[in-house]
Amino acid sequence: MGSFMGSLGEAAGLIMALDADLLEIIGLSLRVTLTAVAAACLIGLPLGAVVGALRFPGRSLAGLVLNALMGLPPVVVGLMVYMMLSATGPLGPLGLLYTPTAMIIAQTILVTPIVAALTRQVVEDLHTDYAEQFASLEVRPFDRVVALLWDARLSLLTVALAGFGRAVAEVGAVIIVGGNINHVTRVMTTTIALETSKGNLEFALALGVVLLVIALVVNGAVMTFRASAARMTYA
Amino acid sequence: MTASRRTRGAVRGLAVLVVAVFGPSGPTVAADEYIVVQSTTSAEHSGLFDSILPVFREETGIEVRVVAVGTGQAIKNAANGDGDVLLVHDRQAEEQFVADGHGVSRADVMYNDFVVVGPPGDPAGVAAMADVLAAFRKIAASGAPFASRGDDSGTHKAELRLWREAGIDAAAASGGWYRETGAGMGATLNTAIGLGAYVMADRATWVSFGNRRDYRIMVEGDPRLFNQYGIILVNADRHPNVKARLGETFVNWVLSTEGQAAIASYRVDGRQVFFPNAMKQP
Repeated sequence: MGSFMGSLGEAAGLIMALDADLLEIIGLSLRVTLTAVAAACLIGLPLGAVVGALRFPGRSLAGLVLNALMGLPPVVVGLMVYMMLSATGPLGPLGLLYTPTAMIIAQTILVTPIVAALTRQVVEDLHTDYAEQFASLEVRPFDRVVALLWDARLSLLTVALAGFGRAVAEVGAVIIVGGNINHVTRVMTTTIALETSKGNLEFALALGVVLLVIALVVNGAVMTFRASAARMTYA
Repeated sequence: MTASRRTRGAVRGLAVLVVAVFGPSGPTVAADEYIVVQSTTSAEHSGLFDSILPVFREETGIEVRVVAVGTGQAIKNAANGDGDVLLVHDRQAEEQFVADGHGVSRADVMYNDFVVVGPPGDPAGVAAMADVLAAFRKIAASGAPFASRGDDSGTHKAELRLWREAGIDAAAASGGWYRETGAGMGATLNTAIGLGAYVMADRATWVSFGNRRDYRIMVEGDPRLFNQYGIILVNADRHPNVKARLGETFVNWVLSTEGQAAIASYRVDGRQVFFPNAMKQP
């Protein structure tokens, strides 16, 4: 596998050189994905916690649906968002198609079920420990959800990272709604797809290695934060 | 104490990351005046747009955002009004697009040609044949694998026309020697080369393709392999969001002496791969 080693060398070269075009692409990748993950957390954390902690009719069905939605194919999400944002679609007048905003919307739809489903599991497990106490203190449902989310916050960081991993690696949704337009909507994954189409396989793989390094850095930053926050909490 | 210092460090690290990502970013800030051109992968991947669009922008200040997909998808996107200009290579479908009221009018822009490439072993024995129909018949008869785009692109439609003219029902052999990848030109070339299959490609993509390995052009020069590109301004009467003035400026420029000269001067490895042939001078 000489070409694989070649790619590793090329990846190292890319990271050292950090030319403006690559930085722009990396920056957009992070901007789109981190925004989408933040939005997905805003929706998915409370949603998952409600399903995980409260008793209401249809609760198990809701859990099932959330789990199933984790398997949404990115291409399908991309198509749905395209049809919504297309000039002939219901949201066409907003003119969002082929913009980073469209990519953020698509990735938010993709990641929200993952955040919600994993949150539901984390919160449900924690709730079994807390249930008696909640009952004896007659804690209101809203306060239960808030308390569980707060106490589970360190585990939920890992949930957010799972969402980040899914979003930063997907190409199917962003290439449809973003259009892979140079300097406008081109991100790491669409660049990798493009370079593969051009037959520049070594370069494409090198970009893949760079993407992996970015994921490592983001995960490392969050895990460091998590570890020191844990020490603070339990010290 | 160490813990809190580390936390502060981690928080600062995250803050730097957040600022780097969400802070003001110069080049991605969109210019006001831009158009979206729905076009084909062959024109984008060969580097043509990267070569000519800066010239256009220099002259007019208009940014051109290219969405590069197969001709079939480009036409569908434009028919949804998701583009101001269409630049593709399937004359029949282009004329239909205009006839359906989606486009204002169609004009020839440039041409190149298709080539049939194949593995060095040449199992069907078609090397250096000048008659593409005879070559296609030989490939079918030999049962050697042939990779087709299978994606409704301009290249795919041209290939299907050739099979029809050769009197071969390629669809019946799908899954056998005839392999439909349902993918773009580059992906199909990658697949074909992996399979040892013959494949038809536009010359621009082939010449600029980076993973040719030991594949060679087997069939070229047949007039049936002619590949014409056309340009269409999307009809603003039908799609009110279309930036008709900016789009028309671009179409006129592409068809002008200057635009045509910019196309002619583009080279891949020192070779011209697009030949301008606009008839109408605006």
